Amino acid sequence: MMIKKADIVIIGGGVVGCSIAYNLAKLGAKNIILLEKNTLASGATGRCAAGIRQQFGTEMNCILARESIKIFENLSQELDYDIELNQGGYLMLAYTEKEVNQFKKNVALEQSLGIDARFITVEEAKEIVPPLNTEGVLAATFCPSDGHANPFNTNFAYAEAAQRLGVKIHNFTEVKEIKTENNRIVSVSTDRGEMLTPIVINAAGGYSGEIGKMAGVEIPVYSQRHQILITEPVDPLFKPMLLSFSGNFYCQQTPHGSIIMGFGGPDEPKGHDIGSSWQFAREMAQKMTAVVPLLKEVSMVRQWSGLYNMSPDSQPILGEHPQVNGFYLAVGYSGHGFMLAPVVSRLMAELILKGQTSIPIDKLDIGRFERGELIIEPSVV
Amino acid sequence: MKDEIIICRCEDITWGEIRQVLEKGYTTLDEIKRITRAGMGRCQGSTCHRIILREIAKFCHKKIEEVAVPTFRPPAKPVKLGTLAGDDDD
Repeated sequence: MMIKKADIVIIGGGVVGCSIAYNLAKLGAKNIILLEKNTLASGATGRCAAGIRQQFGTEMNCILARESIKIFENLSQELDYDIELNQGGYLMLAYTEKEVNQFKKNVALEQSLGIDARFITVEEAKEIVPPLNTEGVLAATFCPSDGHANPFNTNFAYAEAAQRLGVKIHNFTEVKEIKTENNRIVSVSTDRGEMLTPIVINAAGGYSGEIGKMAGVEIPVYSQRHQILITEPVDPLFKPMLLSFSGNFYCQQTPHGSIIMGFGGPDEPKGHDIGSSWQFAREMAQKMTAVVPLLKEVSMVRQWSGLYNMSPDSQPILGEHPQVNGFYLAVGYSGHGFMLAPVVSRLMAELILKGQTSIPIDKLDIGRFERGELIIEPSVV
Repeated sequence: MKDEIIICRCEDITWGEIRQVLEKGYTTLDEIKRITRAGMGRCQGSTCHRIILREIAKFCHKKIEEVAVPTFRPPAKPVKLGTLAGDDDD
């Protein structure tokens, strides 16, 4: 078996791993190897709805999302690959009084941080999305610079830019073992050989807990299936992403014309099941045809699912593991990996190469769970 | 095969587009599908997947049965959301 040497090994070829690879190389790191057990974008990235929003309820999330959008806005140019960014805004619908109050607080916070979100009436929501059935809607918020991008293109754009900077990507290479000595990373073994390395970055998404165990640590994450479906392409019906926490749905028409929609259920299996159920398709159709009745005439062409990698507070776990030197975590994104990847990858590269970050992410360390300093974000699924 | 020949009729993807992706080093149908949208349209690849598999096999000097096929995703045929929503029976 051939033994190779690397300065940094990244596990996971989704948008998280590929964007970290790119940003490390951009900051001058050499000899970076990225390992992917299948192909790029074959996991959660290629299965996600790729929404990008800045409407959150904590200052840290608002700032991270705001900075991520700024990077997204220039990303096609930076990476020389069209990521099909579509800033049609996010229209968040409130169906309960409690949610109305939360949205008011969120908008005040967002505006104080320079985010262009606003609290709007039901009539204004109807103007923004004419086919919307406003029955039951009490109020809404709208942020026009939110939007979405093509997750495949974004993933491949980062990967190809990283490769141009010297990163080596190995597809169909599964990590089997991570060796440590005196609480330091020593090497990574795969089904295609071993690599000596002082640094491993766990960007394995739905399998990040398993990768943690290989390095001898418990990461408090679990994976859960989320289902989604897409329709045939139709003429433009509405521009923004429609999202409701109380209604438990999101729905967006892509620039291509197809309409993508999903919701998460507490009964969805935990683990690695990525099958699809007809019950989901039926309930999804019931939900969205009630919100946008025009959709009754539109046909679903495909359904699939992917894994959310959930952390105890639904916030990512970032940074070096305190018990294993050189073992970095970029895991537990809880459904927000795509939208946060551009900014977090930049910060992770800074952390690894410079030991400090231009935006603080120290509160997102794994130690917060032991300290009891969970992050209470009201506006996540 | 001429570059301008349409391989995926639903998404209007030509052989030239698929050839370029193959030459870039993406030699699985899953990658080609994700990069070009070939096979993601109304017919879900029932026309073009076989052609692309054949071309991958030729390009990689493999037998067609050695080329991995993508996951089949339901439904087999497009279904109106209104029909799905109204169906209360198993």
